[in-house]
Amino acid sequence: MNREPIIRIENVYKSFGHVKAVAGVSLEVYPGEVVVIIGPSGGGKSTLLRCINKLETIDRGRIIVDGHSIGETKQINKVRAEIGMVFQLFNLFPHLTALENIVLAQRRVRHRKHKRAEEIAHQQLAKVGIAEKWNSYPSQLSGGQQQRVAIARALAMDPKIMLFDEPTSALDPEMIKGVLDVMLDLAREGMTMVVVSHEMGFVRAAADRVALLDEGALVEVTTPERLFDSPEQERTKQFLSQILH
Amino acid sequence: MTTEARKVPQGRVFPVPIPWERVPWWAVILAIVGVTIGWSVLTSEAYLRVIRFVTVGVRLTLHVTVVSYIIALVLGLIFGLMRVSDNPVLYAVSTLYVEVIRGIPLLVIILYVGYVITPRIRDATGGQINLQGVPAAVLAMAICYGAFEAEVYRGGIESIEAGQMEAARSLGMSYIQAMRYVILPQAIRRILPPLGNDFISLLKDSALISVIALPDLLQMGRLYVSRTYRAFEGYNTVALLYLVMTLCLSLVVRLVERKAAIE
Repeated sequence: MNREPIIRIENVYKSFGHVKAVAGVSLEVYPGEVVVIIGPSGGGKSTLLRCINKLETIDRGRIIVDGHSIGETKQINKVRAEIGMVFQLFNLFPHLTALENIVLAQRRVRHRKHKRAEEIAHQQLAKVGIAEKWNSYPSQLSGGQQQRVAIARALAMDPKIMLFDEPTSALDPEMIKGVLDVMLDLAREGMTMVVVSHEMGFVRAAADRVALLDEGALVEVTTPERLFDSPEQERTKQFLSQILH
Repeated sequence: MTTEARKVPQGRVFPVPIPWERVPWWAVILAIVGVTIGWSVLTSEAYLRVIRFVTVGVRLTLHVTVVSYIIALVLGLIFGLMRVSDNPVLYAVSTLYVEVIRGIPLLVIILYVGYVITPRIRDATGGQINLQGVPAAVLAMAICYGAFEAEVYRGGIESIEAGQMEAARSLGMSYIQAMRYVILPQAIRRILPPLGNDFISLLKDSALISVIALPDLLQMGRLYVSRTYRAFEGYNTVALLYLVMTLCLSLVVRLVERKAAIE
């Protein structure tokens, strides 16, 4: 891949008080690529991901997404509309039905007509496999269904990039596969994805590259094959031995 | 949103007998007392005379209550949003307002607006703007309750999980859009009970406006008593009419809350 990267993270630092969450990370993500960030908890994975769409402001360095410098752009809302985000705890709007959850931002941000937005919402719900749940409120859905609505909500905006922040960590085991299948389909369609996850099955099946983040710094960026067969860093081996049991 | 819990079996003809400790005894007692008092009042010429005399006061009390409550809700929303704002100027202004107003008794605010601010404004504008009377009372009540409601709104907004704002912003919504379509609809549903309570408090506190010589329910009652020396019937009627109004209001508040909960 010798095209321009769609996300360019340059020497980024982010601290919370005295805690250094991200300390000097540089990473490039190319269009159509699936990059999975793994690492021990508290290692800065989620923080790094949240910096990409400015849910966290960075202390130092630069993040350029689709030609916009995230720190300096005056059009952060426009840039964010191009970056879908899926959260660990789904963060659906509880006062709206599944359909209304997906329609809201299409109407207010993309300025689509109501009918058009509903059509797209129905399509997206069908795509994530819960077309029949369009009129349910989030509280009436299982965790897995909620997460799929959240993915549909993000996809309805036609984003160029999707960020996933531990999308299966809060799910019951039997719900995980449904969500991962949706993500796998998305990866196959060529969506650019940055995923924070510990699902090694997903890493093996979908990741183009894997980045291990520990204590705010990248330990190793490699392909899934190399990661499982011949990790270079001692720290990587150590981490893998802890999670692969 | 839990529709399951609210489902009542259909087609039942006789209501289930309620265990006696779950009977709303306060309502039963109130109903019995209410009917007794209501009967004796409505059949007594002495009481009817008081009621006829103070009716005009009831109208003013309701008028001042409703208008100042609506203004207080708007003021509260504006200052509540300023209280949760990242802008230090907005935050400082709203905090100052809330702290100052909450620290002054309503009675003092009413006197201050009535006898300090109103004449000053009248003189400064050459008599163009004259708030004397009802406008002054409404202004005083609205300013005072606006500060309370600001804190209620702030509490409601802060009770919504940070993830809601993050999700809305990550979809490209502006801060204002996220507030309007995501945060406030949820926050307002949560703060309906305290907002309703404040409506009832405001109705009762409106009795204080009689100090600036407005003919509200209390003032009319006092007038009646001072003319006839019938303090017993006079104040009984005043208390009863306030009670009827607050009970009706609390019924309305409950209905609104229940409707919001089902939605």
